[in-house]
Amino acid sequence: MNGKRSLVRLSFLVFGFAFLYIPILSLVFYSFNKSRLVTVWGGFSTEWYGRLFENTQILDAAWLSLRIAAINATGATILGTLAGLALARFGRFRGRTLFAGMITAPLVMPEVITGLSLLLLFVASEHAFGWPEGRGVSTITIAHITLTLSYVAVIVQSRLSSLDVSLEEAAMDLGARPAKVFLLITLPIISPALVSGWLLAFTISLDDLVIASFVSGPGSSTLPMVIFSKVRLGVSPDINALATIMVSLVTLGVLIAGFVMLHRDRARQRDMQLALGSD
Amino acid sequence: MSGRTAVIALPYLWLLLFFVIPFVIVLKISFSETQIAMPPYQPLLQWAGERLADIRLNVNFGNFLYLFEDRLYLLALVNSLQVATVSTLLALLIGYPLAYAIARSDPRWRGILLMLVILPFWTSFLLRVYAWIGILKNNGLLNNFLLWLGVIDQPIVMLQTDFATYLGIVYCYLPFMVMPLYANLEKMDVTLLEAAEDLGCRPLRAFASITLPLSLPGVVAGCMLVFIPAVGEYVIPALLGPSDSLMIGKVLWTEFFNNRDWPVASAVAIVLLLILVAPIMYFQRAQGRESGGRR
Repeated sequence: MNGKRSLVRLSFLVFGFAFLYIPILSLVFYSFNKSRLVTVWGGFSTEWYGRLFENTQILDAAWLSLRIAAINATGATILGTLAGLALARFGRFRGRTLFAGMITAPLVMPEVITGLSLLLLFVASEHAFGWPEGRGVSTITIAHITLTLSYVAVIVQSRLSSLDVSLEEAAMDLGARPAKVFLLITLPIISPALVSGWLLAFTISLDDLVIASFVSGPGSSTLPMVIFSKVRLGVSPDINALATIMVSLVTLGVLIAGFVMLHRDRARQRDMQLALGSD
Repeated sequence: MSGRTAVIALPYLWLLLFFVIPFVIVLKISFSETQIAMPPYQPLLQWAGERLADIRLNVNFGNFLYLFEDRLYLLALVNSLQVATVSTLLALLIGYPLAYAIARSDPRWRGILLMLVILPFWTSFLLRVYAWIGILKNNGLLNNFLLWLGVIDQPIVMLQTDFATYLGIVYCYLPFMVMPLYANLEKMDVTLLEAAEDLGCRPLRAFASITLPLSLPGVVAGCMLVFIPAVGEYVIPALLGPSDSLMIGKVLWTEFFNNRDWPVASAVAIVLLLILVAPIMYFQRAQGRESGGRR
């Protein structure tokens, strides 16, 4: 009886993960294909990786996207942490409903709407105040911060609400000022949430096609924009090579992050046990 | 006190400026007339003379009337809602068993399995859509496999069909379905099921009368997270769907980039927003309850 049930569960898992991973694995597999026809196997080759690194258009776009993603992630983490802190710790304040709404709405808003509305803002503002002069890196970065600060805020908020306030209260009772409490107590505790928020903001920015297409200007094509224009014409093996590199980097990053967090958790549990034991 | 104000004010002002005001501008431009210039629309307020009374208000409902006169927009809207609904249901059909199986597996494995669900989400969305082109095209992976099996003797046209669009949406949004479902199912009190079983309830019945109703909040949250963005999806129908597919996101994109008709694109955005306002508000209330109940 129990065996039958676990067999059913196992088949759910196998089916679900096969669906999630077969497409990704097929990209990796065919990136080593000698044949130009992506899905006809013509022998093992790393030719497309070489081609990829000769393609200056892709390399330039990748460098641009990485820069935007890094600035965006940093800005979004700062603003998102403040927003998460306000939502989790400040109770009711004036305009909280609107604030909470502005935080959650970008998470589900269709990208075409966000992109169009931001572009119209930039155009109107350039018309009225002369800023921003044209569109490019700065407008893409602003647009991405607006989108991703919500993700950081939600992560930070949920970490803070699951956190015991007694530590912060104890520090406050001992005379620490709020800013000091935040820097010395709260910030170190929520730092894993900040790291995952930063990484999430980074990848979302690196990945965004629609919003960037709306708010970018001539000469500032991000990596997704270049990939999209290539992919529209059909499959091309150097894109498979690019995909393989990106998938490997992400997998490596997630593995390292998971390992570090697991280690930290274990260490914390040990500390807790020691502290409670000596009590 | 002033530090507290600054903490709220910084993100607040940023979002007001870059999230709320843009919508006001979209609304404004949706009521203005197209003109060949940069920016390609007429101002709503015009000073025709020197005095204040000379301000002329150019409110133009033409863009909205145009949307209702031309069947194309209505069809696109209905089609988008239909595609989003079908894909959401399919995602639920695949996501629920997966979330259930993870939530009921050995606690030591749960973290790793959950990470495996989220991992694809961290890799490029665009490249994951691209992967399906190689699988679905006429001489692609799936057709070759079916030919080799002997199930078919002619390749089936799968790319650039509605089927491919559904598949792409389900595939890309599956993690968003699984996450809230898992969070809900994992918290569930298993003793309820044990009690039901002790009283002679069969597993399937226990699932239908206990697990399923209790997991409804997770189902709703997951469906919202898939449905709302799917309605306005652009990339997936553009790459996998039929070239003449009518999706509202694609229509908006074409109006803006190809026809350069900003007022009509804005009107499309406003209509789309009006349709999505109810589900978005509903999603927000559910989110608010979730985080409010914790404290």
